[in-house]
Amino acid sequence: MYAAIVFLPLLGSLIAGLLGPVIGRRPSEIIPTALLIVAALLSCYAFYDVALSGHRYIVPVAPWITSGDFSAAWTLRIDSLTAVMLVVVTGVSSLVHLYSIGYMDDDPHTPRFFSYLSLFTFAMLSLVTANNLLQLFFGWEGVGLASYLLIGFWYLKPSANAAAIKAFIVNRVGDFGFALGVFGLYAVFGTLDFDQIFAAAPMMLGKTFNFAGYETDILTTLCILLFIGACGKSAQIGLHTWLPDAMEGPTPVSALIHAATMVTAGVFLVCRTSPLFELAPIARDAVTIVGATTAFFAASVGLFQHDIKRVVAYSTCSQLGYMFFGAGVSAYNSAMFHLFTHASFKALLFLGAGSVIHALHHEQDMRQMGGLRKKLPYTYALMFVGTLALTGLGIPFTGIGAAGFYSKDAILEAAFNAHTQVGMYAFTLGIVAAAMTSFYSWRLMFLTFHGHYRGDHHVLEHAHEAPPSMMVPNTLLAVGALFSGAVFFHYFLGEGAIQFWNGTVALHSGAEAEAPAWVELAPFVAAVLGLGIAYYYFILHPELPGRMAAKRGMLYLFLYNKWYFDELYDFIFVQPAKKLGRFLWKVGDGLIIDGLGPDGIAARVLDATRGAIRLQSGYVYHYAFVMLIGVAALVTWFIFQMGQA
Amino acid sequence: MTIGLNEYLIVAALLFTIGVLGIFINRKNVIIILMSIELILLAVNINLVAFSAFLGDLTGQVFALFVLTVAAAEAAIGLAILVVYFRNRGTIAVEDINLMKG
Repeated sequence: MYAAIVFLPLLGSLIAGLLGPVIGRRPSEIIPTALLIVAALLSCYAFYDVALSGHRYIVPVAPWITSGDFSAAWTLRIDSLTAVMLVVVTGVSSLVHLYSIGYMDDDPHTPRFFSYLSLFTFAMLSLVTANNLLQLFFGWEGVGLASYLLIGFWYLKPSANAAAIKAFIVNRVGDFGFALGVFGLYAVFGTLDFDQIFAAAPMMLGKTFNFAGYETDILTTLCILLFIGACGKSAQIGLHTWLPDAMEGPTPVSALIHAATMVTAGVFLVCRTSPLFELAPIARDAVTIVGATTAFFAASVGLFQHDIKRVVAYSTCSQLGYMFFGAGVSAYNSAMFHLFTHASFKALLFLGAGSVIHALHHEQDMRQMGGLRKKLPYTYALMFVGTLALTGLGIPFTGIGAAGFYSKDAILEAAFNAHTQVGMYAFTLGIVAAAMTSFYSWRLMFLTFHGHYRGDHHVLEHAHEAPPSMMVPNTLLAVGALFSGAVFFHYFLGEGAIQFWNGTVALHSGAEAEAPAWVELAPFVAAVLGLGIAYYYFILHPELPGRMAAKRGMLYLFLYNKWYFDELYDFIFVQPAKKLGRFLWKVGDGLIIDGLGPDGIAARVLDATRGAIRLQSGYVYHYAFVMLIGVAALVTWFIFQMGQA
Repeated sequence: MTIGLNEYLIVAALLFTIGVLGIFINRKNVIIILMSIELILLAVNINLVAFSAFLGDLTGQVFALFVLTVAAAEAAIGLAILVVYFRNRGTIAVEDINLMKG
């Protein structure tokens, strides 16, 4: 059964990809979707069986690589952590498949699209079910590949191709760290199996090894290397530049890969290797600082973006930052809980944005929208739910609220309860980021759905509510966004947590220290503050933001241009790399290799032939003369030979 | 002055040289090349007959007859080729015959 969950999407991918032209368009949409729904139902059962009933399974599938002492088998590890991810991945993926049938209706290449989507799901599932790091690496690279293919799905668009390549290359940087981490783990522990590594890890505590010429602490170094990989995949600050550009792909892809599942792989990795991180406090501090900085940075950039998908993308980046600093302060269960709830409400926001874009004929600029709540009332309601969940609105002290209210507040509380400087840093930035999250989320809502329509009225007349195949997934996600926090709080964080996690992530022993009331109140105040400011600027005085943007203050430009990260990278890495490439191309390849190699030899051969051509005059008497000379020479030689004999 | 083998051989060598030079120096007419080839063959014939007479061996003279036959046949074929060539290309000037130029 567990093998079926992982391999049904692969089957769907192969059917749609290889047989697509044979079985036709509609079947190659429906078959992968149906297989995915089956996988999702099986995953729900797995969640019940593993996470709620406390079983855990190790399912051998096949031997994979055996070389000398090294062996890695293909084995599915089904424990609570995996079960949570299974539900998230297959759940969101099946809904996105369903949604795509409607969204991609006017695209002629849907079999390819569904094949890629299912391939992605397969790779993601093999990532989360991995029992050793090599298998995890396979899934890790597999999702990277699928992400590349899907971002560049509309490959006739140059910007989509550029974004796909950017995503791939930036991820390579992170993967370099991850690969080093995997090599290091094998070098130190002699195995890549999770259980064996975790069992042996405490013995390595405080020991050092030689890394890149320095004596460094083993566990800290390895954890930081793994975290660099996680940074790349999860778009943490420094390696985040690919995520906003990835919005060039179709919107369902953004919802599935760049919001709900693939980008959370980094968080999953940190949680999966939590026994290691628990032994490396310095690495955890690094995780916390990077996570908190990302949460703050991405939220601040999201404030002034105009593209509806980019706002949501930066929001994703920011929320991933929350998850990381949650994990960094050892609240792995809070991080996973936020991952779980975030998947539903962020997918909902993306798919809602997709419905808006679909209705407006691929218009993504929020300045061209407005007043859409009359045209798209149902989408409006769903997006409203998503925004509620994202901003984490709820009634303090009662435990009644949308999903983000539970998970985000839990992370902030954990950061506060860490009672370290790093924890306070994360807590402060987290609260500020929460206010900004609230501001940009409501700004998105107000700009899109309230006020007056600002775009082309011809487009507005054709705007229509999305078909049911797009509305059903959104509705289900909205249910998740509203209630997943309240329903699962007990298992992820509450009294049921120890039994629920069953030792798969490091839980903090002892009763959670109660945070002061103001800590619990702070996120709520921040969210309301953000809402208030957004309401003031975009409903009460809608002319103000335009006037402020026109002034182009320093801060506005700094944030609008995304802290100039792209420009900085362009200056530091891209241009020198281009120059180096041009040098190697023109001088190394063109001048030296071609000049001395193929081109040079060809030129010399040509020279020699030109000489030979002059011999071939075509006149009979020239040939006869040469023959005579030859005969004379031969005769002379013979005579001399005879004279000597 | 007695005429011995040497004289015959000298005449033959002179004829041969004239033939060879006729091939190389002539730039005008292919027929002259054919005639030069005949000269070379005759020079050979003179050598064959001279050696045959002085050695008292008839084989050389038999050979000379064969060479004459071959020369006649060759002249016939050569002229036939020339006629066809002239029909096709309208010239038999040696300078124009360089189709094999590389």
